[in-house]
Amino acid sequence: MTTAQVIVTIAMVLLGTMITRYLPFLVFSGSRTPDFVRYLGRFLPSAALGMLVVYCFKDVPFLSGNHGAPELIAACATIALHVWKRQMLLSIAGGTIAYMLLVQLVF
Amino acid sequence: MEVTTHSTAAVRRAFRAAFPTTLPIFTGFLFLGAAYGIYMNAFGFNPLYPILMSALIYAGSMQFVAVSLLTGPFDPLGALFMTLLVNARHLFYGVSMLEKYRGTGMKKIYLMHYLSDETFSINCTAHVPPGVDGTWYMFAVTVLNHAYWVFGTAVGAVAGKLVTFETKGIEFVMTALFLVIFLEQWRKETSHKASLVGLLATVLCLALFGAKHFILPSMLIILIVLTLFRGRIEGEEAQS
Repeated sequence: MTTAQVIVTIAMVLLGTMITRYLPFLVFSGSRTPDFVRYLGRFLPSAALGMLVVYCFKDVPFLSGNHGAPELIAACATIALHVWKRQMLLSIAGGTIAYMLLVQLVF
Repeated sequence: MEVTTHSTAAVRRAFRAAFPTTLPIFTGFLFLGAAYGIYMNAFGFNPLYPILMSALIYAGSMQFVAVSLLTGPFDPLGALFMTLLVNARHLFYGVSMLEKYRGTGMKKIYLMHYLSDETFSINCTAHVPPGVDGTWYMFAVTVLNHAYWVFGTAVGAVAGKLVTFETKGIEFVMTALFLVIFLEQWRKETSHKASLVGLLATVLCLALFGAKHFILPSMLIILIVLTLFRGRIEGEEAQS
């Protein structure tokens, strides 16, 4: 690719990203959001967070290799720590360190 | 109408309140951003490219995909459609933030443009501490996350080869962050139906369609289920 083609491609990626981020706000910019969209706005966050959690595991090989054992163990450790102490930074640090130890030393 | 205060004290308070919440993202973005900078470098791109892309586009997974677009044959329309597909989940974030970002004035352009997975997860569940302005708080979260991503990219693009300690597995910090935010949201809910729909629909689609094609069908199923069972989902909330 020439430099111009590289810049055009980057511009397209930027445009596509902007469309997905601006569109809901542009479509529903009126002073009153339609009732159904307000309903979605109230319940979509829970569903979208659930989707995002699964999204993090999309490249984990559950059917081959170690069947996602390090990911699942570390996820359980994160959840257990959080249910126990309920301190966000502690749960996140604990889960991440557990995962790093698992993939570096065990698996 | 607008109760936003513009004094520098209010802004500083908002940043101070937002900073601890964004610390896990700082860790994650430092390493993921650096990985991206190193990756672009390995394909022979000048450090300016990854840094500018992180500053303007600010979409982690898409920026990695963009490397393969940039090293393949020139296809601008294909690049646009690929981006729409990979980033389609942002549409959900926008709909979720419509009310929270209402009346944020000029800051709204910045809030919209930089609404990433991480910023969404914090701002949609944010409990703003008393005495802190909500708009400035969400703005601070957005600015800090954006800055971490650009900083991480710059570190990787310029000094990536100097890292010597074993960082394998550090990327799990993002998974842990989203898990914990999901748990917090779960605790606050009176009904878990919407959370379960999100989890189950996505697991199902990931199993059926594979890692490359599961997001769009997941979004579709979530929308359909939320539409069809609106009465049940809203009704339960109203009773409790």
